[in-house]
Amino acid sequence: MNGKPKLAVFKFASCDGCQVSLLNLEQELLALAERIDVAFFLEATSHVDAGPYDVALVEGSITTEEDVARIQRVRAASRTLVTIGVCATSGGIQALRNTADVEAWKRQVYPHPEWVHALATSTPISEHVKVDAEIQGCPVDKHQVLRVLLRALLGAAADLPGASVCMECKRRGLVCVLVAKGSPCLGPITRAGCGALCPSLGRDCYACFGPADDPNPTSLADRLERLGVHRRDVVLRLRGVAGWRPEFRAVADRLEGGRD
Amino acid sequence: MTERRTIEVGAFARVEGEGALHVALEGDRVVELRLQIYEPPRFFESFLKGRAASELPDLVARICGICPVAYQMSVVHALERIFGVAIDPAVRSLRRLYYAGEWLESHLLHMMFLAAPDYLGLDDALAIARTNRAEVERSLRLRHLGNRILELLGARPVNPVGVILGGFARIPTRGELASLADDLRRARGEAETLLRWFGSLPVPRRPQEVELVALRHPAEYAMNEGRIVSSSGLDVAPAEFERAFEETQVEHSTALHCRIRGRGPYLVGPLARVLLNRDHLSPAAAAAFASFADRFEGTDPAASVFARGIEVLQAFDVALETIDGFEPPADPRPAWRPCAGRAAWATEAPRGVLWMDLATEASGHVREIRIVPPTSQNQARIEDDLRALVPSLLHLADDQVRRRCEAAIRDYDPCISCATHFLTLELERRPRQ
Repeated sequence: MNGKPKLAVFKFASCDGCQVSLLNLEQELLALAERIDVAFFLEATSHVDAGPYDVALVEGSITTEEDVARIQRVRAASRTLVTIGVCATSGGIQALRNTADVEAWKRQVYPHPEWVHALATSTPISEHVKVDAEIQGCPVDKHQVLRVLLRALLGAAADLPGASVCMECKRRGLVCVLVAKGSPCLGPITRAGCGALCPSLGRDCYACFGPADDPNPTSLADRLERLGVHRRDVVLRLRGVAGWRPEFRAVADRLEGGRD
Repeated sequence: MTERRTIEVGAFARVEGEGALHVALEGDRVVELRLQIYEPPRFFESFLKGRAASELPDLVARICGICPVAYQMSVVHALERIFGVAIDPAVRSLRRLYYAGEWLESHLLHMMFLAAPDYLGLDDALAIARTNRAEVERSLRLRHLGNRILELLGARPVNPVGVILGGFARIPTRGELASLADDLRRARGEAETLLRWFGSLPVPRRPQEVELVALRHPAEYAMNEGRIVSSSGLDVAPAEFERAFEETQVEHSTALHCRIRGRGPYLVGPLARVLLNRDHLSPAAAAAFASFADRFEGTDPAASVFARGIEVLQAFDVALETIDGFEPPADPRPAWRPCAGRAAWATEAPRGVLWMDLATEASGHVREIRIVPPTSQNQARIEDDLRALVPSLLHLADDQVRRRCEAAIRDYDPCISCATHFLTLELERRPRQ
């Protein structure tokens, strides 16, 4: 109608934190809204435009039959689809169900488990439809989203860092919490992007941006055990918010099975 | 035979999470009303079993992107009680500052982005910005200060990373706190201006009988600790929660409904807090309360927006008081030893009482955890409110009924993602039999 590119924001199973991170763009969001048409963003507006959309941002993972079908409709209506956050890119913390007996879990929480409709798995969007770019983080870094969004509107591909959090620590001149304090830091295997927030507070990274390119979790797990971290806790650390990523999952499975 | 009418509100806009409403009417009688929470369950209470104590503040934050602090505070206090960790007075006061940050962030998001469009008949805050840009920018500046507090103590506003057992990973310097205090003092007047602007808007009135529930502390406006009290005389410790309240499952919702045993639905949140704890409001917040006295004479969920505005002032004053009296803790990272045990704790999330019951193994890993979030507690109350509201709207077109119902639901600022164990309006007008 007004010729501005159309942005849509969709939510699947999630905590809403990545959408809140978008709202945390504050003044930049007001400026952005002058250049684009916020065509669908239920958390922020009652205005509903049925599409098609130039760019769709998708938060959350697929955990119900309805959502398996809904993500297909979202894909069909969107020229560029960008997943935001660890739920959408790797199944999220709720993917911890993927190796559990979900029916037993339903019985634990609900007196009438038969009323609760949920799949046995929580899966990333890319397992269901073609995804044009994935922005990691739990939550995403709002400036990364803004950058990818602006590039997408210009027709350019995303350019996201693939190095580890260690690189960000070095750039910030932070003292290594693993080497200096023996903290069980997952920074060496975790994708950069947050700005090394945990080490900046003097604590260990817990991999909320998922795996870096070519990580070596086996070597790091060994190092953590030598620091005195019990194997049970090393496995728990790998099975964190991005624990369903194959890079982390494979090593956690092996350690848990005692096969190394 | 009377006309049969069905109205459905599909996916709710401007709420956090996913829900819907189904109403069936026979003539002017509501025969069926279901607030549907179809947010898919994420099974937090199940997968947290077996997790390490030290991980819990980071993991429970993921329950809600709008109120992660609330989950962190309830769980860390429960753990500290089980392990017998003494809380340094400086840590105790920094935790009030931290919670004040979340109240600012959450309340201001709700007031301008979620609620204000209803009063102005607009779709969103972006539309408000076209005619009232100064007010929208004011709310953003104020909210930004809430986020600054969260960043100072937790490095980021969503899923902050600074909470550890016994304290904070990093204690801010006096210089950082002084600079924050300067900015809070400069902006404080703006919080009063914003509340006056909300006072000038046509906020509806919907007075009704409501039992209010909130935490109460003998000496201060309760945030991190207190007894659970109600406007009808209930007064229990968090450990006695299950004796006083019951949770039931309904077929149409993935969030459990909560009731006071033997009585029924109740209200938690800013309105309950302001009315039950008005004697602990700061002088500025108390003055604002007095200026809205006619809105607080009865109990009116629609007046919640003013309660939020008053709590914005309260949060400013809690933050400033904390910073002005700040002495660094003797031991910022006290050592703790895990043990088997069990503790229940409640804190005041922006949306109301957040109760947890936690049991640990000797190694400190979780044996059992139960979490009762505020929206789960308000759910039955919202249904009662709508049951009373809908008959007064029947002369309106379905689209108007939908808008009014959605606005009423928003008064509760439901946080549907929090449904650890939660909205679309369907209004069905059936012929009277």
